[in-house]
Amino acid sequence: MIQALGHSTIGVVRELGRTGWFLLYSFYMIVRRPGSPVHVLKQMRFIGTKSLFVIVLTAGFTGMVLGLQGYYTLAKFGSEGMLGTAVALSLIRELGPVLAALMVTGRAGSAITAEIGIMRISEQIDALETMALDPFKYLVSPKLIAAMISLPLLCAIFDVVGIYGGWLVGVKLLGVNPGAYFYEMEKSVVWRDVYSGFVKSFSFGVIIAWIGCYKGYYAGHGAEGVSKATTESVVLTSVLILVWDYFLTSVLL
Amino acid sequence: MISLRNVHKSFGAQKVLDGLNLEIPEGKITAVIGPSGEGKSVLLKHLIGLLQPDSGQVEVEGESIVGIRRSQLNRIREKFGMLFQNVALFDSMTVFENVAFPLQEKTALPADEIRRRVLAALEDVGLKNIENKYPDELSGGMKKRVGLARAVVLNPRIILFDEPTTGLDPIIKRAIHQLIKDTHAKFGFTAVIVSHEIPEIFDVAQNVAMLYRGEILQHGTSEVIMNSDHPAVRQFISGSLDGPIQMI
Repeated sequence: MIQALGHSTIGVVRELGRTGWFLLYSFYMIVRRPGSPVHVLKQMRFIGTKSLFVIVLTAGFTGMVLGLQGYYTLAKFGSEGMLGTAVALSLIRELGPVLAALMVTGRAGSAITAEIGIMRISEQIDALETMALDPFKYLVSPKLIAAMISLPLLCAIFDVVGIYGGWLVGVKLLGVNPGAYFYEMEKSVVWRDVYSGFVKSFSFGVIIAWIGCYKGYYAGHGAEGVSKATTESVVLTSVLILVWDYFLTSVLL
Repeated sequence: MISLRNVHKSFGAQKVLDGLNLEIPEGKITAVIGPSGEGKSVLLKHLIGLLQPDSGQVEVEGESIVGIRRSQLNRIREKFGMLFQNVALFDSMTVFENVAFPLQEKTALPADEIRRRVLAALEDVGLKNIENKYPDELSGGMKKRVGLARAVVLNPRIILFDEPTTGLDPIIKRAIHQLIKDTHAKFGFTAVIVSHEIPEIFDVAQNVAMLYRGEILQHGTSEVIMNSDHPAVRQFISGSLDGPIQMI
């Protein structure tokens, strides 16, 4: 019993060490030998551009539901005019970065793990190593850079679309004064709110690429190994995003 | 020359290499034969540092590759080319891009020279007008030949072949063996082939080593191994069920 506990503890500590080393080495490689800009642009297209549809769709409906819920809550206090502020602050500080990151995790994070995992089991990563080429330069660094750039941009799009989703429901359907919607928002949202949202989405980009690449890089054997790695990647990334969000919020508030 | 001295390697409780010693002569084709699952591919991966031994020494042209820094290992790896058992072509790249990749990354050659060399390497392995296809669109034999073109395109001094003809029909097998002989005659590299192709491999390789239970049972010229008196070697070559090797 004690032996088994010790064994699993050592296993967890070793895995944590390896995961941390993976991130440090990825950053080292970005500084030392950044991949070709073409690889980074390709990854930005995959992680960023191709996620646009799902981001716009979820942002629109998130804003709309915020408009709806916010209106009925604020109406109880006769403060419907504050709807724009409520929608914007919820999105910019919290929902924009978190939901955009969760959407990208589902769409791109899983695909990153599957792609690298398949390259691992089909010996393509070994082939890179035998050519004296560092796989991190080709597989990890471009994805990490692309995610760090794409996530804040996607988050910005999420915020804007969400705000207009709230406007559609609040102003067009429920009759909130359009001037009050945007005026109150402009008055209440400060640079610090926008900054904290961008810091969050930037760090979520790191988490998505880091865990996605890590799980693929150390995928187990065969199709089952890749499938397990992909599931673990999505679950771990989503959990880490929510946990990290709490810590960042407590620091940035 | 590549030498392995007293190499031990285990995966968990399973001992794969158990004090293995082998000297691979320069400029010759050496085949490693032995029953399935005896660690031939593991041995091959030790030669290029993809696996590190638990103990023992692996030297490539006098330089140890055990426990050295990645940068030093990469410098030694530049002497190598490798054809993997599953070929390991980059499946998101075309045939041209696969063969051009080492040239683009390891040399400063202009694009038109890279194109010329890639097409020449593909022609050397008997492939024409397939450079825009993706690996998924090729047959097993064609993939092996593209893998061979990629392995030789930088003119490496040592090429490792991991079961280059497994799963191919007899004619393609013979063609691949002939290609290996022809490219070896042309470039003079040191070759190590892991193979199950008995007796064809004796015609391809100048030296043969038999791996069994983590050790080299016998190593010598093809003639010596073909006419070996060692009971396990004899049994393996004849494919007999009776003898010291009990697989079932």
